[in-house]
Amino acid sequence: MSSLSLAVRDSSTMLRRNLLHARRYPSMTLNLLLSPVVLLLLFVYIFGDVMSAGIGNGGTDRSAYLAYLVPGILLMTIGSTTIGSAVSVATDMTEGIVARFRTMAIHRGSVLVGHVVGSVLQCVMSVLLVGAVAVAIGFRATDATALDWLLAVGLLALVSVALTWIAVGMGLSSPNAEAASNNALPLMVLPLLSSAFVPVDAMPGWFRPIAEYQPFTPAIETLRGLLLGTEIGHNGWLAVAWCVGLAVLGYVWSTSLFAREPK
Amino acid sequence: MPVMSTTKTERSAAAISAVGLRKSYGDKTVLDGIDLHIPAGSVFALLGPNGAGKTTTVKILSTLVTADGGQARVAGHDLATAPQAVRAAIGVTGQFSAVDGLITGEENMLLMADLHHLPKREGRRVAAELLERFGLAEAAKKPAQSYSGGMKRRLDIAMTLVGAPRIIFLDEPTTGLDPRSRHTMWQIVRELVADGVTVFLTTQYLEEADQLADRIAVLNGGRIAAEGTADQLKRLVPGGHVRLRFTDPSAYRSAASALREAAPDDESLALRVPSDGSQRELRSLLDWLEATGIEADELTVHTPDLDDVFFALTAGAEQPALSTEDVR
Repeated sequence: MSSLSLAVRDSSTMLRRNLLHARRYPSMTLNLLLSPVVLLLLFVYIFGDVMSAGIGNGGTDRSAYLAYLVPGILLMTIGSTTIGSAVSVATDMTEGIVARFRTMAIHRGSVLVGHVVGSVLQCVMSVLLVGAVAVAIGFRATDATALDWLLAVGLLALVSVALTWIAVGMGLSSPNAEAASNNALPLMVLPLLSSAFVPVDAMPGWFRPIAEYQPFTPAIETLRGLLLGTEIGHNGWLAVAWCVGLAVLGYVWSTSLFAREPK
Repeated sequence: MPVMSTTKTERSAAAISAVGLRKSYGDKTVLDGIDLHIPAGSVFALLGPNGAGKTTTVKILSTLVTADGGQARVAGHDLATAPQAVRAAIGVTGQFSAVDGLITGEENMLLMADLHHLPKREGRRVAAELLERFGLAEAAKKPAQSYSGGMKRRLDIAMTLVGAPRIIFLDEPTTGLDPRSRHTMWQIVRELVADGVTVFLTTQYLEEADQLADRIAVLNGGRIAAEGTADQLKRLVPGGHVRLRFTDPSAYRSAASALREAAPDDESLALRVPSDGSQRELRSLLDWLEATGIEADELTVHTPDLDDVFFALTAGAEQPALSTEDVR
Protein backbone atom coordinates (compact mmCIF):
# COMPACT_ATOMS: atom_id res chain seq x y z
CA MET A 1 0.00 0.00 0.00
CA SER A 2 1.38 3.40 -0.89
CA SER A 3 2.09 5.73 1.98
CA LEU A 4 -0.64 8.15 0.92
CA SER A 5 -3.36 5.52 0.79
CA LEU A 6 -2.07 4.16 4.12
CA ALA A 7 -2.36 7.65 5.56
CA VAL A 8 -5.87 8.10 4.24
CA ARG A 9 -7.01 4.68 5.37
CA ASP A 10 -5.59 4.92 8.89
CA SER A 11 -6.76 8.50 9.30
CA SER A 12 -10.28 7.56 8.33
CA THR A 13 -10.18 4.65 10.79
CA MET A 14 -9.12 7.10 13.50
CA LEU A 15 -11.82 9.53 12.40
CA ARG A 16 -14.44 6.80 12.71
CA ARG A 17 -13.18 6.12 16.22
CA ASN A 18 -13.45 9.78 17.21
CA LEU A 19 -16.90 10.17 15.71
CA LEU A 20 -17.95 7.04 17.57
CA HIS A 21 -16.78 8.70 20.80
CA ALA A 22 -18.68 11.87 19.97
CA ARG A 23 -21.82 9.95 19.11
CA ARG A 24 -21.61 7.68 22.13
CA TYR A 25 -20.88 10.51 24.55
CA PRO A 26 -22.63 13.60 23.18
CA SER A 27 -22.97 15.23 26.60
CA MET A 28 -19.66 17.08 26.44
CA THR A 29 -20.33 18.46 22.96
CA LEU A 30 -23.81 19.52 23.99
CA ASN A 31 -22.56 21.10 27.22
CA LEU A 32 -20.09 23.14 25.24
CA LEU A 33 -22.91 24.28 22.97
CA LEU A 34 -24.82 25.51 25.97
CA SER A 35 -22.65 28.59 26.57
CA PRO A 36 -23.06 30.18 23.13
CA VAL A 37 -26.77 29.41 23.10
CA VAL A 38 -27.32 30.77 26.61
CA LEU A 39 -25.30 33.91 25.82
CA LEU A 40 -27.28 34.38 22.61
CA LEU A 41 -30.62 34.17 24.43
CA LEU A 42 -29.40 36.24 27.37
CA PHE A 43 -28.10 39.08 25.26
CA VAL A 44 -31.05 39.11 22.92
CA TYR A 45 -33.94 38.68 25.34
CA ILE A 46 -32.60 40.16 28.59
CA PHE A 47 -30.10 42.82 27.48
CA GLY A 48 -31.41 43.12 23.92
CA ASP A 49 -33.18 46.49 24.20
CA VAL A 50 -30.28 48.22 25.90
CA MET A 51 -27.72 46.66 23.57
CA SER A 52 -29.78 47.56 20.55
CA ALA A 53 -29.87 51.18 21.68
CA GLY A 54 -26.16 50.97 22.40
CA ILE A 55 -25.20 50.03 18.87
CA GLY A 56 -27.17 52.97 17.60
CA ASN A 57 -30.19 51.41 15.99
CA GLY A 58 -32.88 53.09 17.98
CA GLY A 59 -34.06 51.63 21.27
CA THR A 60 -37.10 49.57 20.51
CA ASP A 61 -36.05 46.85 18.09
CA ARG A 62 -33.92 44.09 19.46
CA SER A 63 -33.75 42.31 16.09
CA ALA A 64 -31.03 44.74 15.03
CA TYR A 65 -28.93 43.59 17.93
CA LEU A 66 -29.76 39.96 17.16
CA ALA A 67 -28.32 40.44 13.69
CA TYR A 68 -25.25 42.09 15.13
CA LEU A 69 -24.74 39.34 17.70
CA VAL A 70 -25.18 36.13 15.69
CA PRO A 71 -21.90 36.13 13.69
CA GLY A 72 -19.92 36.47 16.92
CA ILE A 73 -21.95 33.74 18.58
CA LEU A 74 -21.31 31.40 15.65
CA LEU A 75 -17.56 31.91 15.95
CA MET A 76 -17.78 31.52 19.69
CA THR A 77 -19.50 28.20 19.04
CA ILE A 78 -16.44 27.06 17.11
CA GLY A 79 -14.18 28.22 19.94
CA SER A 80 -16.09 26.31 22.57
CA THR A 81 -16.46 23.18 20.45
CA THR A 82 -12.71 23.01 20.04
CA ILE A 83 -12.32 23.06 23.84
CA GLY A 84 -13.93 19.65 23.64
CA SER A 85 -11.26 18.61 21.15
CA ALA A 86 -8.49 19.71 23.50
CA VAL A 87 -10.10 17.68 26.29
CA SER A 88 -10.57 14.57 24.19
CA VAL A 89 -6.99 14.73 22.86
CA ALA A 90 -5.65 15.08 26.41
CA THR A 91 -7.83 12.19 27.58
CA ASP A 92 -6.65 10.07 24.71
CA MET A 93 -2.99 10.70 25.51
CA THR A 94 -3.41 9.58 29.11
CA GLU A 95 -5.00 6.31 27.97
CA GLY A 96 -2.88 3.37 27.02
CA ILE A 97 -4.55 3.09 23.64
CA VAL A 98 -2.33 5.77 22.07
CA ALA A 99 0.76 3.93 23.31
CA ARG A 100 -0.65 0.90 21.51
CA PHE A 101 -1.10 2.92 18.31
CA ARG A 102 2.52 4.02 18.54
CA THR A 103 3.69 0.40 18.55
CA MET A 104 1.61 -0.47 15.49
CA ALA A 105 2.63 -0.22 11.86
CA ILE A 106 0.15 2.53 11.08
CA HIS A 107 0.52 6.01 9.62
CA ARG A 108 2.05 8.10 12.39
CA GLY A 109 -0.02 11.20 11.83
CA SER A 110 -3.35 9.40 11.62
CA VAL A 111 -4.12 9.79 15.33
CA LEU A 112 -3.96 13.59 15.10
CA VAL A 113 -5.57 13.82 11.69
CA GLY A 114 -8.47 11.75 12.98
CA HIS A 115 -8.92 14.16 15.86
CA VAL A 116 -8.68 17.25 13.66
CA VAL A 117 -11.11 16.08 11.00
CA GLY A 118 -13.50 14.82 13.66
CA SER A 119 -13.32 18.12 15.49
CA VAL A 120 -13.93 20.16 12.34
CA LEU A 121 -17.00 18.04 11.56
CA GLN A 122 -18.23 18.61 15.11
CA CYS A 123 -17.69 22.36 14.67
CA VAL A 124 -19.80 22.27 11.54
CA MET A 125 -22.56 20.39 13.37
CA SER A 126 -22.41 22.79 16.29
CA VAL A 127 -22.54 25.87 14.06
CA LEU A 128 -25.56 24.41 12.28
CA LEU A 129 -27.33 23.76 15.59
CA VAL A 130 -26.60 27.19 17.05
CA GLY A 131 -27.40 28.78 13.68
CA ALA A 132 -30.76 27.01 13.76
CA VAL A 133 -31.46 28.49 17.20
CA ALA A 134 -30.55 31.92 15.84
CA VAL A 135 -32.88 31.52 12.89
CA ALA A 136 -35.60 30.25 15.20
CA ILE A 137 -35.47 33.45 17.24
CA GLY A 138 -35.56 35.64 14.19
CA PHE A 139 -32.10 35.97 12.67
CA ARG A 140 -32.20 36.52 8.91
CA ALA A 141 -29.36 37.10 6.48
CA THR A 142 -31.60 38.21 3.64
CA ASP A 143 -29.09 40.33 1.79
CA ALA A 144 -26.45 37.63 1.48
CA THR A 145 -25.82 36.29 -2.02
CA ALA A 146 -24.95 32.69 -2.80
CA LEU A 147 -21.29 33.70 -3.04
CA ASP A 148 -21.50 35.41 0.33
CA TRP A 149 -22.88 32.23 1.85
CA LEU A 150 -20.19 30.14 0.24
CA LEU A 151 -17.49 32.46 1.55
CA ALA A 152 -19.12 32.47 4.97
CA VAL A 153 -19.10 28.67 5.11
CA GLY A 154 -15.49 28.67 3.92
CA LEU A 155 -14.53 31.14 6.61
CA LEU A 156 -16.23 29.11 9.34
CA ALA A 157 -14.46 25.96 8.12
CA LEU A 158 -11.12 27.76 8.02
CA VAL A 159 -11.58 29.08 11.55
CA SER A 160 -12.56 25.58 12.68
CA VAL A 161 -9.40 24.06 11.21
CA ALA A 162 -7.18 26.77 12.72
CA LEU A 163 -8.70 26.64 16.20
CA THR A 164 -8.77 22.84 16.17
CA TRP A 165 -5.04 22.57 15.50
CA ILE A 166 -4.41 25.03 18.35
CA ALA A 167 -6.76 23.05 20.59
CA VAL A 168 -5.02 19.78 19.68
CA GLY A 169 -1.71 21.36 20.69
CA MET A 170 -3.26 22.51 23.96
CA GLY A 171 -4.60 19.01 24.57
CA LEU A 172 -1.23 17.40 23.84
CA SER A 173 0.61 19.80 26.14
CA SER A 174 -1.79 19.19 29.03
CA PRO A 175 -1.13 16.39 31.48
CA ASN A 176 -4.82 15.49 31.85
CA ALA A 177 -8.35 16.37 30.78
CA GLU A 178 -8.92 18.95 33.55
CA ALA A 179 -5.76 20.82 32.67
CA ALA A 180 -6.70 20.70 29.01
CA SER A 181 -10.10 22.26 29.63
CA ASN A 182 -8.43 25.05 31.63
CA ASN A 183 -5.67 25.62 29.10
CA ALA A 184 -8.17 25.77 26.27
CA LEU A 185 -10.36 28.33 28.01
CA PRO A 186 -8.97 31.25 25.93
CA LEU A 187 -10.80 29.72 22.96
CA MET A 188 -14.02 30.52 24.83
CA VAL A 189 -12.97 33.75 26.51
CA LEU A 190 -11.38 35.52 23.55
CA PRO A 191 -14.73 35.97 21.75
CA LEU A 192 -16.00 37.81 24.84
CA LEU A 193 -13.16 40.30 24.38
CA SER A 194 -13.89 40.81 20.71
CA SER A 195 -16.45 42.74 18.69
CA ALA A 196 -18.92 39.89 19.14
CA PHE A 197 -21.12 41.67 21.70
CA VAL A 198 -20.33 45.34 21.29
CA PRO A 199 -18.49 47.25 18.59
CA VAL A 200 -14.82 47.90 19.25
CA ASP A 201 -15.53 51.63 19.04
CA ALA A 202 -17.64 51.37 22.17
CA MET A 203 -14.76 49.98 24.23
CA PRO A 204 -12.33 52.01 26.36
CA GLY A 205 -9.46 53.39 24.31
CA TRP A 206 -6.70 51.37 25.93
CA PHE A 207 -8.55 48.13 25.24
CA ARG A 208 -9.45 48.77 21.63
CA PRO A 209 -6.18 47.53 20.04
CA ILE A 210 -6.46 44.28 21.98
CA ALA A 211 -10.03 43.71 20.86
CA GLU A 212 -9.36 44.82 17.33
CA TYR A 213 -6.33 42.72 16.52
CA GLN A 214 -7.07 39.48 18.33
CA PRO A 215 -8.00 36.68 15.94
CA PHE A 216 -11.74 36.60 16.61
CA THR A 217 -12.57 40.20 15.75
CA PRO A 218 -11.46 40.15 12.10
CA ALA A 219 -13.23 36.81 11.61
CA ILE A 220 -16.41 38.15 13.22
CA GLU A 221 -16.30 41.36 11.19
CA THR A 222 -15.79 39.37 8.01
CA LEU A 223 -18.66 37.01 8.76
CA ARG A 224 -20.86 39.97 9.66
CA GLY A 225 -19.98 41.61 6.38
CA LEU A 226 -20.72 38.49 4.38
CA LEU A 227 -24.06 37.77 6.06
CA LEU A 228 -25.30 41.30 6.73
CA GLY A 229 -23.51 43.42 4.20
CA THR A 230 -21.53 45.55 6.66
CA GLU A 231 -18.11 46.92 5.81
CA ILE A 232 -15.43 44.20 5.74
CA GLY A 233 -12.42 46.28 4.75
CA HIS A 234 -9.06 44.80 5.66
CA ASN A 235 -10.71 42.34 8.07
CA GLY A 236 -11.12 39.69 5.36
CA TRP A 237 -7.40 39.36 4.74
CA LEU A 238 -6.64 39.74 8.41
CA ALA A 239 -9.01 36.88 9.24
CA VAL A 240 -7.51 34.60 6.59
CA ALA A 241 -3.98 35.49 7.72
CA TRP A 242 -4.85 34.75 11.35
CA CYS A 243 -6.42 31.41 10.42
CA VAL A 244 -3.55 30.28 8.24
CA GLY A 245 -1.04 31.45 10.84
CA LEU A 246 -2.82 29.69 13.70
CA ALA A 247 -3.35 26.53 11.68
CA VAL A 248 0.32 26.32 10.74
CA LEU A 249 1.43 27.15 14.27
CA GLY A 250 -0.98 24.62 15.76
CA TYR A 251 0.05 21.96 13.26
CA VAL A 252 3.77 22.40 13.89
CA TRP A 253 3.24 22.59 17.64
CA SER A 254 0.96 19.54 17.75
CA THR A 255 3.05 17.30 15.53
CA SER A 256 6.23 18.11 17.43
CA LEU A 257 4.50 17.42 20.74
CA PHE A 258 3.13 14.15 19.39
CA ALA A 259 6.50 13.08 18.03
CA ARG A 260 8.04 13.74 21.44
CA GLU A 261 9.02 10.55 23.19
CA PRO A 262 6.38 9.41 25.66
CA LYS A 263 7.62 9.05 29.22
CA MET B 1 29.16 -11.17 37.76
CA PRO B 2 27.25 -14.43 37.89
CA VAL B 3 26.03 -14.36 34.33
CA MET B 4 25.50 -17.87 33.11
CA SER B 5 27.66 -18.74 30.19
CA THR B 6 25.22 -20.92 28.36
CA THR B 7 25.81 -22.90 25.23
CA LYS B 8 25.13 -20.37 22.56
CA THR B 9 22.30 -21.51 20.35
CA GLU B 10 22.25 -20.44 16.73
CA ARG B 11 22.35 -16.69 16.60
CA SER B 12 20.31 -16.61 13.43
CA ALA B 13 17.16 -17.93 15.08
CA ALA B 14 16.89 -14.98 17.45
CA ALA B 15 13.52 -13.28 17.59
CA ILE B 16 14.97 -10.53 19.72
CA SER B 17 18.60 -9.66 20.18
CA ALA B 18 20.16 -6.68 21.85
CA VAL B 19 23.63 -5.52 22.67
CA GLY B 20 24.48 -2.86 25.22
CA LEU B 21 21.08 -1.18 25.46
CA ARG B 22 21.28 1.97 27.52
CA LYS B 23 18.70 4.52 28.52
CA SER B 24 18.64 7.36 31.00
CA TYR B 25 16.00 9.87 31.91
CA GLY B 26 17.78 13.05 32.96
CA ASP B 27 20.68 11.94 35.13
CA LYS B 28 18.88 8.78 36.23
CA THR B 29 20.29 5.76 34.42
CA VAL B 30 17.49 3.28 33.88
CA LEU B 31 19.23 0.77 31.64
CA ASP B 32 22.97 0.39 31.95
CA GLY B 33 23.95 -1.95 29.12
CA ILE B 34 21.52 -4.80 28.50
CA ASP B 35 22.34 -7.77 26.27
CA LEU B 36 19.58 -10.09 25.16
CA HIS B 37 19.30 -13.11 22.92
CA ILE B 38 15.87 -14.62 22.69
CA PRO B 39 15.33 -17.56 20.33
CA ALA B 40 12.19 -17.58 18.20
CA GLY B 41 9.31 -19.54 19.70
CA SER B 42 10.50 -19.30 23.27
CA VAL B 43 9.21 -17.53 26.36
CA PHE B 44 11.62 -15.12 27.93
CA ALA B 45 10.94 -13.56 31.30
CA LEU B 46 12.55 -10.39 32.49
CA LEU B 47 12.31 -10.53 36.22
CA GLY B 48 13.03 -7.68 38.55
CA PRO B 49 11.78 -5.42 41.30
CA ASN B 50 9.90 -2.20 40.62
CA GLY B 51 12.13 0.37 39.02
CA ALA B 52 14.63 -2.18 37.73
CA GLY B 53 14.05 -1.07 34.14
CA LYS B 54 11.68 -3.78 32.92
CA THR B 55 9.10 -1.47 31.39
CA THR B 56 11.80 0.70 29.83
CA THR B 57 13.25 -2.39 28.16
CA VAL B 58 9.84 -3.27 26.72
CA LYS B 59 9.29 0.31 25.59
CA ILE B 60 12.59 0.33 23.74
CA LEU B 61 12.11 -3.06 22.11
CA SER B 62 8.56 -2.18 21.07
CA THR B 63 9.73 1.10 19.44
CA LEU B 64 7.87 3.29 21.92
CA VAL B 65 11.04 5.02 23.05
CA THR B 66 14.52 5.06 21.56
CA ALA B 67 17.58 3.79 23.38
CA ASP B 68 20.44 6.18 24.17
CA GLY B 69 22.98 3.53 23.24
CA GLY B 70 23.32 -0.01 22.02
CA GLN B 71 21.70 -1.94 19.20
CA ALA B 72 18.74 -4.22 18.98
CA ARG B 73 17.06 -6.31 16.35
CA VAL B 74 13.49 -7.50 16.66
CA ALA B 75 12.14 -10.03 14.17
CA GLY B 76 15.29 -9.46 12.14
CA HIS B 77 14.77 -5.72 11.79
CA ASP B 78 16.96 -3.04 13.30
CA LEU B 79 15.07 -0.95 15.84
CA ALA B 80 16.80 2.25 14.87
CA THR B 81 16.58 2.01 11.09
CA ALA B 82 13.41 -0.01 10.50
CA PRO B 83 11.01 0.67 13.37
CA GLN B 84 7.96 0.35 11.13
CA ALA B 85 9.01 -3.16 10.08
CA VAL B 86 9.48 -4.06 13.73
CA ARG B 87 6.00 -2.71 14.52
CA ALA B 88 4.50 -4.87 11.81
CA ALA B 89 5.90 -7.99 13.49
CA ILE B 90 5.13 -7.34 17.14
CA GLY B 91 2.21 -7.06 19.49
CA VAL B 92 2.42 -5.21 22.78
CA THR B 93 0.29 -5.45 25.88
CA GLY B 94 1.43 -2.92 28.39
CA GLN B 95 1.17 -2.74 32.12
CA PHE B 96 -1.77 -0.37 31.92
CA SER B 97 -4.38 -1.69 29.64
CA ALA B 98 -4.34 -0.17 26.20
CA VAL B 99 -8.00 -0.46 25.40
CA ASP B 100 -10.33 2.32 24.37
CA GLY B 101 -12.70 2.45 27.32
CA LEU B 102 -15.27 4.62 25.59
CA ILE B 103 -16.16 2.07 22.94
CA THR B 104 -17.27 -1.54 23.25
CA GLY B 105 -15.04 -4.57 23.32
CA GLU B 106 -16.16 -5.52 19.86
CA GLU B 107 -15.51 -2.02 18.51
CA ASN B 108 -12.04 -2.15 20.02
CA MET B 109 -11.39 -5.39 18.16
CA LEU B 110 -12.75 -4.02 14.87
CA LEU B 111 -10.61 -0.92 15.32
CA MET B 112 -7.56 -3.15 15.50
CA ALA B 113 -8.73 -5.12 12.46
CA ASP B 114 -9.08 -1.86 10.50
CA LEU B 115 -5.64 -0.67 11.59
CA HIS B 116 -4.19 -3.99 10.46
CA HIS B 117 -5.93 -3.39 7.13
CA LEU B 118 -7.87 -6.64 7.26
CA PRO B 119 -10.74 -6.90 4.81
CA LYS B 120 -14.09 -6.13 6.50
CA ARG B 121 -15.36 -9.70 6.52
CA GLU B 122 -12.11 -11.17 7.79
CA GLY B 123 -11.86 -8.45 10.43
CA ARG B 124 -15.27 -9.39 11.77
CA ARG B 125 -14.39 -13.07 11.76
CA VAL B 126 -11.07 -12.56 13.60
CA ALA B 127 -12.70 -10.22 16.11
CA ALA B 128 -15.53 -12.62 16.86
CA GLU B 129 -13.14 -15.57 17.14
CA LEU B 130 -10.82 -13.84 19.57
CA LEU B 131 -13.66 -12.46 21.68
CA GLU B 132 -15.01 -16.00 21.94
CA ARG B 133 -11.60 -17.45 22.73
CA PHE B 134 -11.01 -14.98 25.55
CA GLY B 135 -14.44 -15.37 27.07
CA LEU B 136 -15.57 -11.90 26.06
CA ALA B 137 -18.31 -12.78 23.60
CA GLU B 138 -21.07 -11.94 26.07
CA ALA B 139 -19.55 -8.62 27.06
CA ALA B 140 -18.66 -7.71 23.48
CA LYS B 141 -21.38 -5.09 23.15
CA LYS B 142 -20.59 -3.35 26.43
CA PRO B 143 -18.22 -0.39 26.76
CA ALA B 144 -14.73 -1.56 27.69
CA GLN B 145 -14.56 0.78 30.67
CA SER B 146 -17.26 -1.29 32.37
CA TYR B 147 -15.04 -4.40 32.24
CA SER B 148 -13.30 -5.86 35.29
CA GLY B 149 -9.50 -5.74 35.50
CA GLY B 150 -9.15 -9.30 34.28
CA MET B 151 -11.55 -8.73 31.38
CA LYS B 152 -9.74 -5.56 30.32
CA ARG B 153 -6.45 -7.42 30.32
CA ARG B 154 -7.97 -10.22 28.24
CA LEU B 155 -9.42 -7.71 25.79
CA ASP B 156 -6.01 -6.06 25.68
CA ILE B 157 -4.32 -9.32 24.69
CA ALA B 158 -7.11 -10.17 22.25
CA MET B 159 -6.51 -6.79 20.56
CA THR B 160 -2.79 -7.51 20.43
CA LEU B 161 -3.50 -10.79 18.67
CA VAL B 162 -5.65 -9.33 15.88
CA GLY B 163 -2.63 -8.81 13.65
CA ALA B 164 -1.30 -12.33 14.41
CA PRO B 165 2.07 -11.00 15.63
CA ARG B 166 5.01 -13.41 15.77
CA ILE B 167 6.52 -11.67 18.77
CA ILE B 168 4.48 -10.52 21.74
CA PHE B 169 5.59 -8.27 24.56
CA LEU B 170 3.68 -8.65 27.79
CA ASP B 171 4.63 -6.06 30.36
CA GLU B 172 3.58 -7.34 33.78
CA PRO B 173 0.51 -9.06 32.35
CA THR B 174 -0.80 -10.25 35.71
CA THR B 175 0.01 -7.32 37.97
CA GLY B 176 -3.15 -6.34 39.80
CA LEU B 177 -5.12 -9.40 38.76
CA ASP B 178 -6.83 -11.76 41.17
CA PRO B 179 -5.42 -15.31 41.38
CA ARG B 180 -8.08 -16.73 39.09
CA SER B 181 -7.46 -14.16 36.36
CA ARG B 182 -3.75 -14.70 36.79
CA HIS B 183 -4.09 -18.39 36.05
CA THR B 184 -6.26 -17.60 33.04
CA MET B 185 -3.51 -15.29 31.81
CA TRP B 186 -0.91 -18.01 32.27
CA GLN B 187 -3.05 -20.36 30.25
CA ILE B 188 -3.26 -17.74 27.50
CA VAL B 189 0.51 -17.38 27.42
CA ARG B 190 0.94 -21.15 27.19
CA GLU B 191 -1.47 -21.28 24.25
CA LEU B 192 0.45 -18.53 22.49
CA VAL B 193 3.65 -20.48 22.83
CA ALA B 194 1.95 -23.58 21.51
CA ASP B 195 1.18 -21.54 18.39
CA GLY B 196 4.86 -20.79 17.98
CA VAL B 197 4.75 -17.18 19.11
CA THR B 198 7.78 -15.70 20.84
CA VAL B 199 6.79 -14.17 24.17
CA PHE B 200 8.80 -11.51 25.98
CA LEU B 201 7.32 -11.12 29.40
CA THR B 202 8.20 -8.98 32.36
CA THR B 203 7.13 -9.82 35.84
CA GLN B 204 7.93 -9.17 39.44
CA TYR B 205 6.53 -12.55 40.41
CA LEU B 206 9.11 -15.29 40.61
CA GLU B 207 6.51 -17.99 40.44
CA GLU B 208 5.25 -16.57 37.16
CA ALA B 209 8.69 -16.63 35.58
CA ASP B 210 9.22 -20.15 36.91
CA GLN B 211 5.88 -21.32 35.52
CA LEU B 212 6.05 -19.77 32.08
CA ALA B 213 9.54 -18.95 30.96
CA ASP B 214 12.11 -21.01 29.11
CA ARG B 215 14.74 -18.52 30.09
CA ILE B 216 14.79 -15.91 32.79
CA ALA B 217 16.92 -12.83 33.16
CA VAL B 218 17.05 -11.08 36.50
CA LEU B 219 17.17 -7.34 35.98
CA ASN B 220 18.41 -5.21 38.81
CA GLY B 221 19.42 -1.58 38.77
CA GLY B 222 19.42 -1.44 34.99
CA ARG B 223 21.71 -4.43 34.55
CA ILE B 224 21.11 -8.10 34.00
CA ALA B 225 22.31 -9.72 37.19
CA ALA B 226 21.90 -13.29 35.97
CA GLU B 227 20.37 -15.19 33.11
CA GLY B 228 19.49 -18.80 32.52
CA THR B 229 16.78 -21.39 32.92
CA ALA B 230 14.96 -21.51 36.23
CA ASP B 231 17.05 -24.54 37.23
CA GLN B 232 20.31 -22.90 36.26
CA LEU B 233 19.44 -19.87 38.30
CA LYS B 234 18.47 -21.95 41.29
CA ARG B 235 21.87 -23.62 41.23
CA LEU B 236 23.46 -20.21 41.66
CA VAL B 237 22.49 -20.04 45.30
CA PRO B 238 23.30 -22.59 47.95
CA GLY B 239 19.91 -22.34 49.58
CA GLY B 240 19.07 -26.04 50.06
CA HIS B 241 18.80 -27.26 53.61
CA VAL B 242 16.86 -29.35 56.06
CA ARG B 243 15.36 -27.43 58.92
CA LEU B 244 15.05 -29.12 62.29
CA ARG B 245 12.91 -27.40 64.85
CA PHE B 246 12.79 -28.18 68.54
CA THR B 247 10.44 -27.21 71.33
CA ASP B 248 12.70 -28.23 74.18
CA PRO B 249 15.65 -25.81 74.57
CA SER B 250 17.92 -28.47 76.06
CA ALA B 251 17.28 -30.89 73.19
CA TYR B 252 18.00 -28.00 70.82
CA ARG B 253 21.30 -27.24 72.55
CA SER B 254 22.54 -30.79 72.52
CA ALA B 255 21.57 -31.19 68.88
CA ALA B 256 23.31 -27.94 68.02
CA SER B 257 26.55 -29.09 69.63
CA ALA B 258 26.34 -32.49 67.91
CA LEU B 259 25.54 -31.09 64.46
CA ARG B 260 28.54 -28.91 63.79
CA GLU B 261 27.78 -28.05 60.18
CA ALA B 262 24.27 -26.83 60.97
CA ALA B 263 23.45 -23.17 61.18
CA PRO B 264 21.72 -22.53 64.49
CA ASP B 265 18.78 -20.23 64.94
CA ASP B 266 18.51 -19.74 68.70
CA GLU B 267 15.38 -17.67 68.56
CA SER B 268 13.15 -20.27 66.96
CA LEU B 269 15.13 -23.24 68.31
CA ALA B 270 15.86 -24.44 64.79
CA LEU B 271 18.86 -25.87 62.96
CA ARG B 272 19.53 -25.56 59.25
CA VAL B 273 21.47 -28.53 57.94
CA PRO B 274 22.83 -28.00 54.41
CA SER B 275 21.34 -30.57 52.05
CA ASP B 276 20.38 -30.92 48.42
CA GLY B 277 17.10 -32.52 49.49
CA SER B 278 17.83 -35.87 47.83
CA GLN B 279 16.50 -39.10 49.28
CA ARG B 280 20.02 -40.36 49.92
CA GLU B 281 21.08 -37.31 51.92
CA LEU B 282 17.81 -37.28 53.84
CA ARG B 283 18.16 -40.93 54.76
CA SER B 284 21.70 -40.50 56.03
CA LEU B 285 20.66 -37.45 58.03
CA LEU B 286 17.71 -39.32 59.54
CA ASP B 287 19.91 -42.34 60.31
CA TRP B 288 22.42 -40.10 61.99
CA LEU B 289 19.74 -38.36 64.06
CA GLU B 290 18.39 -41.78 65.06
CA ALA B 291 21.84 -43.02 66.04
CA THR B 292 22.67 -40.00 68.19
CA GLY B 293 19.24 -39.99 69.80
CA ILE B 294 18.26 -36.53 68.63
CA GLU B 295 14.56 -36.12 68.09
CA ALA B 296 13.41 -32.97 66.32
CA ASP B 297 9.79 -31.89 66.71
CA GLU B 298 9.53 -30.79 63.13
CA LEU B 299 11.53 -31.45 59.99
CA THR B 300 11.16 -29.52 56.75
CA VAL B 301 13.09 -29.81 53.51
CA HIS B 302 13.86 -26.53 51.83
CA THR B 303 15.08 -26.61 48.23
CA PRO B 304 16.36 -23.37 46.77
CA ASP B 305 13.72 -21.51 44.78
CA LEU B 306 13.76 -18.40 42.69
CA ASP B 307 13.05 -16.36 45.78
CA ASP B 308 16.50 -17.23 47.04
CA VAL B 309 18.03 -16.40 43.69
CA PHE B 310 16.17 -13.16 43.53
CA PHE B 311 17.15 -12.03 46.99
CA ALA B 312 20.71 -13.16 46.50
CA LEU B 313 21.05 -11.23 43.25
CA THR B 314 19.12 -8.11 44.14
CA ALA B 315 19.89 -7.63 47.82
CA GLY B 316 23.64 -7.33 47.43
CA ALA B 317 25.87 -9.01 50.00
CA GLU B 318 23.23 -10.46 52.26
CA GLN B 319 23.15 -14.23 52.00
CA PRO B 320 19.70 -15.63 51.36
CA ALA B 321 20.43 -18.95 53.05
CA LEU B 322 20.72 -17.14 56.36
CA SER B 323 18.40 -14.22 55.92
CA THR B 324 15.27 -15.72 54.47
CA GLU B 325 12.79 -17.87 56.24
CA ASP B 326 10.74 -20.63 54.73
CA VAL B 327 7.99 -18.32 53.68
CA ARG B 328 6.17 -20.77 51.53
